[in-house]
Amino acid sequence: MSAGRPRRRGRLGRANLEDRAFGWSTRLFALCVIAILALLGYVLARAAHPALLMFGWGFLSSSVWDPVREVFGAWPFIWGTLLSSTLALLIAVPISLGAAVFLAELAPPWLRNPISFLVELLAAVPSVVYGLWGLFVLAPMLRPVEAWLGHRLGFLPFFQGSAYGIGMLAAGLILAIMILPIITAVSREVLLAVPRTQREAAYSLGATRWEAIRGPVLRYARAGIMGAVILGLGRALGETMAVTMVIGNTPTTSLSLFSPAYTMPSVLANEFAEATGKLHSAALMEIALLLFGVAILVNAVARLLLWSVGRGAPRGVRE
Amino acid sequence: MTAQAKAPSLRLARRKAANGLMWGGAVLATLAALVPLGLILYYVAAQGISSLNLAFFTQLPKPVGESGGGMANAVVGSLILVGLASLVGLPIGLLGGIYLAEFGNNRLGWAIRFAADVLSGVPSIVIGMFVLALVVIPMHGVSAVAGGCALGLMMVPIAMRTTEELVRLVPMSLREGSLALGATHWRTIVKVVMQAAKGGVITGVLLAIARIAGEAAPILFTAGSTQWWNLKVTQGPMSSLPVQIYLYAGSPFEEWHRQAWAAALVLVTMVLLLSIAARYATRGRMRLVR
Amino acid sequence: MPRTTLRTLRLCLSSLVAFALLAGCARQGTHPPAQPGAGAVSLNGAGATFPYPLYSKWFSEYHTANPQVQISYQSIGSGGGIQALKNRTVDFGASDAPLSDEEMRAMPAPVVHIPTVAGAVVVAYRLPGLTRPLRLDGAVLATIYLGQIKRWNDPKLAALNPEVNLPDLAIAVAHRSDGSGTTYLFTNYLAAISSEWVKAVGAGKSVNWPVGVGGKGNEGVAGTVKQLPGAIGYVELAYAKQNALSYAELRNAADKFVAPTVASTTAAAAGAVEQMKGDVRVSIVNSPAPDAYPISGFTYLLVYRDQSDKTKGEVLTKFLGWAMKEGQQSAEPLGYAPLPEGVVAINQEAIRKLTFQGKPLTSEQ
Repeated sequence: MSAGRPRRRGRLGRANLEDRAFGWSTRLFALCVIAILALLGYVLARAAHPALLMFGWGFLSSSVWDPVREVFGAWPFIWGTLLSSTLALLIAVPISLGAAVFLAELAPPWLRNPISFLVELLAAVPSVVYGLWGLFVLAPMLRPVEAWLGHRLGFLPFFQGSAYGIGMLAAGLILAIMILPIITAVSREVLLAVPRTQREAAYSLGATRWEAIRGPVLRYARAGIMGAVILGLGRALGETMAVTMVIGNTPTTSLSLFSPAYTMPSVLANEFAEATGKLHSAALMEIALLLFGVAILVNAVARLLLWSVGRGAPRGVRE
Repeated sequence: MTAQAKAPSLRLARRKAANGLMWGGAVLATLAALVPLGLILYYVAAQGISSLNLAFFTQLPKPVGESGGGMANAVVGSLILVGLASLVGLPIGLLGGIYLAEFGNNRLGWAIRFAADVLSGVPSIVIGMFVLALVVIPMHGVSAVAGGCALGLMMVPIAMRTTEELVRLVPMSLREGSLALGATHWRTIVKVVMQAAKGGVITGVLLAIARIAGEAAPILFTAGSTQWWNLKVTQGPMSSLPVQIYLYAGSPFEEWHRQAWAAALVLVTMVLLLSIAARYATRGRMRLVR
Repeated sequence: MPRTTLRTLRLCLSSLVAFALLAGCARQGTHPPAQPGAGAVSLNGAGATFPYPLYSKWFSEYHTANPQVQISYQSIGSGGGIQALKNRTVDFGASDAPLSDEEMRAMPAPVVHIPTVAGAVVVAYRLPGLTRPLRLDGAVLATIYLGQIKRWNDPKLAALNPEVNLPDLAIAVAHRSDGSGTTYLFTNYLAAISSEWVKAVGAGKSVNWPVGVGGKGNEGVAGTVKQLPGAIGYVELAYAKQNALSYAELRNAADKFVAPTVASTTAAAAGAVEQMKGDVRVSIVNSPAPDAYPISGFTYLLVYRDQSDKTKGEVLTKFLGWAMKEGQQSAEPLGYAPLPEGVVAINQEAIRKLTFQGKPLTSEQ
């Protein structure tokens, strides 16, 4: 239920006009987003046209990417994008939520602000720096870890192959670190915005801190937290620079976390500036268009989850 | 102790244990979030602090082999680009977020929300290509305005999402009180609701700024880079810190690498200072519900 | 209360902007501020990343000699540079690979190629304990990159390096993931030597690599090679030198094992002077000259033969002339190979032919 629009007519007609003008101007700005997206989709589709014609649906399932022979297929990149983003979310969401709960609920006020600043600082580090740090610090750190994992748990398909250090695991970790600040900061704000009365009601019923948070607070904040996670997901899907430096840039579709892989933004960033063949450029534009499609699909799934999970979420609770 | 008394105390013990676990988990999670930050900042500082001096902020880049030099134009350029981006991205983000929260529980609002989420997943390089086609080519050259457009577009989803969520969470009682006092709807939103959501909205804005401050890929194609002073925003390339970092880090020269790290340190510090300034300026927020 | 906080915020933001503008006006650089208006010319170029350090030095030195000229360069890659030139968003482009005939036809007006310097692509490796540089030849290199030779102590490698004890280590192949002139040169070399390579992979700025991990940029490959024991990768000479990587001596077309140096690169360039008199876009890969390093190549500046702006055209012409004489001296210290005399002469001829609306831009010699 949206905030009740006052139905004033007659004497307060002028107030109604102001309100309507405000409503229309905000609507105008909001519509800009759809306009931008539509324009972007159109520009990409037009540029990708030659490749769309040439490869059709096979583009989605083919695993060959050969700029010399001008044969292109996007499946390894789709796989890489989905796997790296999923991995990033799996790692980042629990940590982010835990940190958000700590910052919003448990930390004393003098500790809350400095730590909040520090976590948000992670968002300010340039992607290039993440990439270089990943290549020169994280990958060497991961090599012995991967070797150990391969030794102990090598029977699982996730831990097979040589321990290069760079590869899917490194990419997933870097992405997780990069999306941490967004999810944490927005979740923290959402948790802070939950009215005190909700908590007080729970405490008055004898709940522990944890039960108060798990119950009314999280339920109230659920939608906002999903919003935070979606923002983080968006970042993970589209991150280019950092991922491309640590993922190994090899179009394979292995389940193993040690294997080098390739994501859609990476191949775009790697080859866009140098692609001179017409079909090559068009294929890259088609990858960009596909990324659009993947983003739409993933967001649709997330929204479905949100809708089914958040159906009980009390929006705008009267108090 | 009777048997009945034992059962509740066992349950209480379990609940207390769960509570303790949550505490532990939350603290661990926070530490886990801070450890990478510490590692990265330490690495950047260790690599770059030796190159950080006054010359960095006052001198133009010098070619390889000549000592000294700095990134004065990149520092100023980054500020200009962020400013331009905010001019483009914040109105759409903030006003759009208000629309979604106040008027947006219909099909149109759903579509806009979805579009913003999809936009947030578009890689920065695609946005750069988009602005290249739509702004740079018609303008016959790179410019700060084009760079600002590209970065502004990237700010929109974060600002919009955060604004919407936080405005939504402002309790109805606040709105109703304002309306009951005779305020118009729009005044209620701007003066009362936004004030209540101020802290969260500022967080969203700062996150958006932090996100774009460090992006090199879109600026590379739209604002370019230069080793000279150029303050014309509609003509000619605009230097910026992320692009300098990208160019220097990708070069073979050790002294340029060190300058790149120094630039990274400066960038992070700039965003931190902006964060602190913005928070300080909007302190005393109406935390009427805590 | 809200009004004052908004005011404070506005104050902070406006002071930040003011500071930015003031800092701009202060301009405490080592360079004298460019005179506004009279004579100040700004040129803008885009293209290859390989020559960026050298070009930035050239622009800096040229500005010191001609304070009214400021040249900027966007290091976005050869393809980006060619596109920018095509769209006329820059005054000149730069590319590591020359334009093919088809690409020349796609340009809106005739384009002139000016080779500025030459560079070498070295084969770097990480084999701790080697007492002398590894020796390789094109055929073996191709089989390594085709994934047919998998370990360092393979007999084919041992045959080329009899005095060295090669370890029983797996070869970790690294290549470029991003499209680049470096890959272009490297794959052209392999294609020139191995017909199997041509059949399986081919040559180009981006190829479908049969094996190996892709590193982004020269620094990505150099970083990978530096850290992985048993790694092999190809990078520009300057990166190998600056990162203190070991690199191999290659057997050239004259059957001599040559180390990649500035001198051997210039020798490869010198061997092609005769052919370049006809068309300057000659490949100097696998050059037959006796001391030539086989994986060498030029990098080019691309300009329209007929310039669209008289002032800019004159400045550009003068700058190009300067680059051919004074500019060449900065090349070697930075790891680039200066042009041999013959190529300089060819370029000067081409520069003299640049026109504005049909009239030559160079009036005096």
